[in-house]
This record gives sequence, structure tokens and C-alpha cells, in this order.
Amino acid sequence: MLVLVLLLGAALAAAQELPAPRGLSARDNPNDAGHGILLEWKAAPETDGVVAYEIYRLPWRPAEEGAPWTPAQAPDSAWILTGTVPIPATSYVDMDDEVRLGANYNPGYIPRGGVVHYRIRAMGPGDALSAFTPPVTATAHGDWWHTQRWNVLVIALLLGVLMVYFIRRSKEGAELYIRPIPGLQRIDEAIGRATEMGRPILFVLGTGTAGDVATLAAYTILARVAERTAEYQTKLLVPVNEPVMMVMAQATVKEAYLKAGRPEVYNPDNIFYISAMQFPYVAAVNALMLREKTATNFYMGVFHAESLLLAEAGSVTGSIQISGTDRVPQIPFFVAATDYTLIGEELYAASAYLAQDPKLVGPLKAQDLVKAGILIVAILGVLEATILGSGFISNLIEPH
Amino acid sequence: MEGATTGELFWGGIAALVTLAIFSFLYKDNPVFKVVERIWVGVTTGYWTMLLYHTSFTDKVITPIFERGQYFYLFPVILGILMWFRLSKTYGFLARYSLAFYIGISTGIFIPLTIKTAILYQLHGTIRPIEPTWTGLMFALAFIGIICSLSYFFFSKEHKGLLGVSSKIGIYTLMIGFGTGFGLTVMGRVALLGQRVSFLHDYIASLLGALF
Repeated sequence: MLVLVLLLGAALAAAQELPAPRGLSARDNPNDAGHGILLEWKAAPETDGVVAYEIYRLPWRPAEEGAPWTPAQAPDSAWILTGTVPIPATSYVDMDDEVRLGANYNPGYIPRGGVVHYRIRAMGPGDALSAFTPPVTATAHGDWWHTQRWNVLVIALLLGVLMVYFIRRSKEGAELYIRPIPGLQRIDEAIGRATEMGRPILFVLGTGTAGDVATLAAYTILARVAERTAEYQTKLLVPVNEPVMMVMAQATVKEAYLKAGRPEVYNPDNIFYISAMQFPYVAAVNALMLREKTATNFYMGVFHAESLLLAEAGSVTGSIQISGTDRVPQIPFFVAATDYTLIGEELYAASAYLAQDPKLVGPLKAQDLVKAGILIVAILGVLEATILGSGFISNLIEPH
Repeated sequence: MEGATTGELFWGGIAALVTLAIFSFLYKDNPVFKVVERIWVGVTTGYWTMLLYHTSFTDKVITPIFERGQYFYLFPVILGILMWFRLSKTYGFLARYSLAFYIGISTGIFIPLTIKTAILYQLHGTIRPIEPTWTGLMFALAFIGIICSLSYFFFSKEHKGLLGVSSKIGIYTLMIGFGTGFGLTVMGRVALLGQRVSFLHDYIASLLGALF
């Protein structure tokens, strides 16, 4: 009992001795959308025995639930713990943009332009706690400009200027060379095979969304395939997994049939929605391959775990298969199970190659120049780090 | 499933039968697979529709506009309604405004994001000193592989001469990477198959235990 009392006494003494953190300040967290506050304080001397800091704030409540809390009127129980940071940290960013947590309001929400009150205390060994600092106040503001992302801006501007330059050159009639892409040269051959066999062609746009770059590139290839199938009057099936993609695919195929001078052959029912869920979609497409006995299968766009399932089923039916995706983890499956694969950026290049449209060829040329720049920067950066031991180039391209 | 109740055995039995029906596709397309496939597509489409109703229509339309009076949500609602005009032959062009907005917004979000993640992060991770150690040698090899792989994706020049050599090394490097990825994922898939077979085994064991 005596020992327990002594231990309790020692713990209480430690709690009383642990000094409160000094120099606490709060300000708007820079470079964010306006839902963050940056707290900073002075590091405690090692002799203080501080191991961590607890960050408390007054909760947010919407106007209909009462006026905002102020430190003067808030009871001690109103303060909520928002985070704990171990030493040697002397700063903390409190960020929360969720107004609600389920059906209830989120007390940790930081409103843009709203005042938030904070206080912190130090934690020592065991349960030792210091007193709270005096409350500090800050207001969060949104920033239009991220001051550390200038490198992204430079690359975007460079790419933009080069794109405009090459598009203009291409429009003026300059011949911009694009190397032949093997998979593409087989497209006409594969369509011809389906026509000779009197069997349909399947075009799978993947399981991405209509806004994905790979899906957009796939539409250009779909347009080319649709134009050829219209000329040869071969049935083209396009099962999709997203309503917006279906609308865009129908528009693409319809335009291609018009361009080929065969609008009467266009059948919107051949471009149909199956399911937004990945594996039911795959099960249905696999069954479609078997039942329709498709002679040629195209897989172009964004693919996930379904890539091998689709390509294997197509392989079993003996179809010629041409694939293309920018999803690196899925490329191995297409390489293994399809006849031709457009690897990564080849998919984007393919759309430019097929369309020969200045708006597509120009950006491809611009990208090539930017790639050359990336290559040079990488070589110079490694040489600089190896020979000079400095990190100037590395710092320039550091992402934030 | 040891000591399973009648209800658990019933639903477990349905799951086991459906699993076997899906596996039957490995033999050939058959009526049992067709039934299960259609049920699967139907159920998931219904599920997805209700999910969209609760996570998009209720959360993004009904609650903000009618309960909170946040009328700026009407703008996406109008864009959504415009999509229906594609059913009209006269006003079908209005649907294109929604699509243009959707594609434009997506592109605007993705361009800076891609520059950051696909260029800056990769480049920053690549730049480091080549040290005279075994790790340094490995990094030097990887670095050559990166440079050559990048050169494979040059489309403005024919792959001849120096570019031809580097792009050839590049495609070999890529194939090594793809092979590794293939093996890793196949192992993962085999583990999934193992789980399913294990489920069937456990179910049959518990069914036999309940019967006898």
C-alpha cells in the first residue's frame, strides 16, 4: 500500500513538473483547398522528459446548432482530441474537409473561412501530462496557387507550347513522321479475316471510365475498326460496362458508319451495356465470345484483373486478338494471351497513327520531345549525384 | 463451417452450387452456366443501380438541394438531364454538352496529376548516385534499363542505329518486368482458387457432418 501511494505521489509530481509546451501558434495551412490549419510550437528541452504532444480543438458545429464555440464559454469537456504527435515534431497540420460523418455532423470539420481554436499539452512517460497552453485561433483559407508545384506548371506549359507548335505545323502540311506500330498493321488483316469467316468482331473498351485517357484513345481505334466493318458489312459488337461509355461508343460507331457511307448498316443494339460490376461483365463478355463465335477480338482501354480472363476465353475460341492498355500490371497478360499488344503509350500513339489528325499527331511529337527532355534530365541528375554528390536537379523535380 | 445451422447450410449450398456452375464454363458453355451468368449480371446490375441511387442520387441531389438548399447542385443535375436528350432526334446534340463537360473536367484533373505521379515521382526516384557497391551496380543496370525502355517509346524516329539498339534492350527489359508481374499475379490467382476450393471442401465436410 505504501509503495502504491509512493508511486502515485511520484506520478502526480511528474505530472505537475511536466511544463506546458511553449510558443504555440496557429495559421492557415498553405497550399491547400481551405480546410487545414498549421500548428507550430517550440521544441521542449530534452530535460523536460516530453515524449509526445496532444492536440485539442473546439469542435465545429453548423449554424443551426448554435453559435461557434469560443474558448471563454466552452467547458473543458467540449475540447476534442484531434491528434497526437511524438517528439521531435514541433508542428501539426489539422486537415478535415468532411462536413458529415454518416448521418451526423463531423465535429472535426474545418470550414473554409471559419475560426478554429486549438490548445495542446505535452505527454511524459507513463500518464504524465502537462497543463494546456493558452488557446490559439486561426482561420483556414483556400489557395488558388500551390507555391511548390511550379515544376508541374513548367512541364505542363512546355508540353502545351510544343503541342500547339506541332499541331500548327501539322495543319500547315508538314509531314510529321510516326513509326509504324506492329499491332496496328494487323487491324485490317484481322477485320478481313472476320469478314471472310462471316463471323462478328468484338471490341471491348475495358472497365475504365469514359474520361480515362486510354479509353479516349480506344475510341479512335474503335472508329477505325467501325469504318472498316461498315465497308465490309461485318457485324461489330461493343459490350460496355458504363452508361456514359455506351453513349460515346454509339456516337463513335455511328459517325464511322456515316463516314464509310453505310449509315443504314449501323445498329445501335450492337453497342450495349452489360453491367458496371467487373466480374459479371467479364462472365457475360466471355460467354458472348463463345456464343457469337467472334473471329477477332479487340481489347483497348483500361483493364484490371479481367484482362487475362478475357484474353484466355478469346484464345480458347480461336479468335485473332489485338490488345492495348496503359495499365502496366495488365500488360503481361495481354502480351502472353493475345496476338498483338499495344504497350502503354503505344495505345495513344496508335490513335494518332490511325487518325493522322494534326490534333493527335502534334501532341505525340510534343510528347516525344518531352520524353527526350526527361531522359536528359535523368542522365544529368544521376551524373550530378554520382560525380558532384549534390542534389540540385533532384530538388528541382521534387514532387509536392 | 463446423456446427453450421440449417440456414447456413442452405445459403452455403447455394454458394457452392453457383461456384460449381461458374467452373462448369471450363468444360464448355452450358445451360447451367447461362442461368448463373444471367442471375449474376442481373443481381449486380440491380445492386449497382440501388448503390448509385443511395450514393449519388440521394447524397448528391435530394439531400443537398431539397434538405440543405445547396442550389449549386442543380448545375450537375441539369447536365445529367441533358444526357437524356440523346433519345431525341432533334435535340440529341444537347447530350454532347454534358459529355464535353465530363471529358474536359476529367482531362483537367488528370493532366497535372499525371505530370506529378507519372513523371516527377518516377524521375525523382530514379535520380540517385551510383555507388561502387553491389547495390550500386544493380542500380546502374536498372538505370540503363529505364533509359532504354524509355527510348522504346519514341515514335518520331524509326528504331534504327543507336535508337534501334537501345529500344531493343528496352523491350527486353520491359519483357523481364512483365514476366515478373505475370508470375506474381498468377500466384495471387492460384491463392484465390485455393480459397474457393477450400470453401467447397469445408462445405462438403459440414454437409456430410450434418447428414450423418
